[in-house]
Amino acid sequence: MSGHSTYEPKTGFERWLDMRLPVIRMAYDTVLTFPTPKNLNYWWTFGGILSLCLGIQIVTGIILAMHYVPHVDYAFNSVERIMRDVNYGWLVRYIHATGASMFFLAVYIHICRNLYYGSYKAPREVLWILGCVIYLLMMATAFMGYVLPWGQMSFHGTVVITNLFGAIPVIGPSITTWLWGGFAVDDPTLNRFFSLHYLLPFVIAGVVVLHIWALHVPGNNNPTGVNVKSKEDTVPFHPYYTVKDGFAISVFLILFGFFVFWFPTALLSPDNSIPANPLVTPAHIVPEWYFLPFYAILRSIPNKLGGVIMMFSAIAVLFVLPWLDTSKVRSMRYRPTIRLYFFIFLLVCLVLGFCGAHEPAEQVIPGVTTFTLGDYDLNTMVWLSRVAALYYFAYFLLITPIMGLTETPLPVPESISEPVLSHPASGSAQAAAASNKG
Amino acid sequence: MLRKGLTLAAFGLALVAGPAMAATTQAELKDIHWSFEGPFGKFDQVQLQRGYKVYREVCSACHSMNLMYFRNLGQKGGPFYDPKYPNPNENPYVKSLAHDIQVGDIDQDTGDPVKRPATPADKFAAPFPNEVAAAASNGGKAPPDLSVMAKAREGGPAYIYSILTGFVTPPAGLTIPAGKYYNPYFPGDLSGSWTGSPDHVPQGGVIGMPPPLAPNKVTFDDKTPSTVANQARDVAAFLAWAAEPKMEERKQFGLGAMIYLVIFSVLLWFSYRRIWRNVAH
Ligand code: HEC
Ligand code: HEM
Repeated sequence: MSGHSTYEPKTGFERWLDMRLPVIRMAYDTVLTFPTPKNLNYWWTFGGILSLCLGIQIVTGIILAMHYVPHVDYAFNSVERIMRDVNYGWLVRYIHATGASMFFLAVYIHICRNLYYGSYKAPREVLWILGCVIYLLMMATAFMGYVLPWGQMSFHGTVVITNLFGAIPVIGPSITTWLWGGFAVDDPTLNRFFSLHYLLPFVIAGVVVLHIWALHVPGNNNPTGVNVKSKEDTVPFHPYYTVKDGFAISVFLILFGFFVFWFPTALLSPDNSIPANPLVTPAHIVPEWYFLPFYAILRSIPNKLGGVIMMFSAIAVLFVLPWLDTSKVRSMRYRPTIRLYFFIFLLVCLVLGFCGAHEPAEQVIPGVTTFTLGDYDLNTMVWLSRVAALYYFAYFLLITPIMGLTETPLPVPESISEPVLSHPASGSAQAAAASNKG
Repeated sequence: MLRKGLTLAAFGLALVAGPAMAATTQAELKDIHWSFEGPFGKFDQVQLQRGYKVYREVCSACHSMNLMYFRNLGQKGGPFYDPKYPNPNENPYVKSLAHDIQVGDIDQDTGDPVKRPATPADKFAAPFPNEVAAAASNGGKAPPDLSVMAKAREGGPAYIYSILTGFVTPPAGLTIPAGKYYNPYFPGDLSGSWTGSPDHVPQGGVIGMPPPLAPNKVTFDDKTPSTVANQARDVAAFLAWAAEPKMEERKQFGLGAMIYLVIFSVLLWFSYRRIWRNVAH
């Protein structure tokens, strides 16, 4: 797509088609010969893994949809029937349910890879934003998918999440009614969520095409963050990365299979094996693990509207990240100071997830009552999430812009092929240049 | 070891901290081992047969299993599977088990509701016509459907076993409403009905199910002693099978898939090394 084409049609038919619709050329250029930096590590295999995850969800989802009944009276039993009476239905359903978690695991690793190696910076901002769009669509898809089996968590989770929109001033209640298709979560809600759950993955697939297009204009970033300078820096995608990605995918599938075959219910709440009952609210309404950090941010704010705003801001801030980062150096390999803050950021995300899984009033260290400040007990999940949420936002809004201006990066290699250390002369020049920037 | 240490540490902290907060509590589930645990674990077919008998003769008086058909009993991996009858509808033992039960139907000539003996294609009959009737006959709480009970509670079969064997005399100072029973494994908050020290509120809750099992309540066809513990263990295993009837197939399939994936990964690893051997990276 970026003019490197070396494709030569071999047969008469290929020549004929190439003049009319060069699809073979396009496939050849994107999948076979695309020049790819030769130093990509395993963190770069998650793009391929994610494409596979999307494919798996679509194929298993279409099969599930052949047997699933989107009606409040039949949905729960139709899913159980898939597990009991459809040939290999248990396999299809458990792959689909586990696949959602695997998809999010892969996307979180993929996003963190980009944060660490500065892949969101120029000239890859559009690529990054398209990725954020995919992530948002994935969240919407997974949320609506979780509603479909119509268990207790499906139902009461939907009530909680759709009610959030009610916090919007003036138009909030109308939006909620409009989402529900009535005055409560009921059959119309289930039907529209099924319809959208079927639709959105194909929208995701469309955005993935744009995402890959936007990747192939500037080309891949790499662990050094240094631009590709010459042909020596790259290898053709095939066979070098088809085999490396293939190996990583195969290992990923082992982890995937481990859950599907031996712990399929580990990632599902037992409450979702109880048919939905609007009159009985489960003791703890907890979303899927991949939403927990955002759930913690939501509940850390005492005001509902404030919580909703903070939760959406936590995602919105990702969209503007390319313009918050002031550093000229891409890769954190050469930015030891922010690297430390980044690792704290990862830890904070896990802490937020931990808080999201517990009740806000629950104590962090059970039994300790000494951490109080006036009327506040600081030893509670809600206070821990407040501190963590503060760091989450500070990382993007303060640490990232300030650090880029104040830190002193390490010497950056001149090119991918020639690491700086083997060239002491150019190395020190580079270091000087880098520290001048600071 | 670690878990014990943590529990002790938490306990120590709790002592320092004074009065515990009022909250839902539950005794730690009984530690029980199952033949179907672990990556190679399988259901014990004879145990499933005993478990079915306990369900049929005791639990089915109150609890429905609406997702179960008699044919399920004779399907591969089921309690009465017989390799001679790959089609469970033809399994004579399953047929006779079904025949013992009356199910509702419609007279083909008059349209009147009638009762007839069940066939393997029929569902397990529910003991009550609807949930209101079920609740009305059970002190206001309808007995829940047991089809996927083993998946619907934290701890699964260990929870069912603990509940069934966990009925004990309530400690002095605990007021139990009429028609309710104290069970430390049933999650609840008893601080409201406890007159003793607020530091020692009993764990667990009050359940609307009377203790369903008693010694020799069910006669087992093999030599297994008909104790409450054995009845509870066997019916919990049966319910675990009913909730996940494809578990054995799943594990077996998984083993094959894993062997395949591991070999495939090793081959890809060597191809990777070979293809990349001349590239400095
Ligand atoms: C006399 C009627 C009766 C019989 C017989 C009976 N149960 Fe129950 N069972 C109930 C009722 C009523 C409840 C609901 C209790 C409540 O929620 O307070 C219940 C609840 C349960 C629960 C769910 C507890 C929970 O966590 O909600 C399980 C599991 C259970 N029964 C298993 C069994 C098994 C296994 C048997 C057969 C050995 C059995 N029951 C026999 C009436 C019965
Ligand atoms: C982005 C891709 C997708 C994600 C992340 C996703 C996620 C989910 C989740 C989390 C569930 C609930 C799992 C459970 O507890 O059972 C679910 C269920 C379901 N999904 Fe998807 N899904 C995706 C794509 C699709 C597609 C493309 C289809 C149909 C064409 C589909 C059809 C279904 C159906 C019918 C169910 C209900 C059955 C069930 O609950 O197992 N899904 N999905």
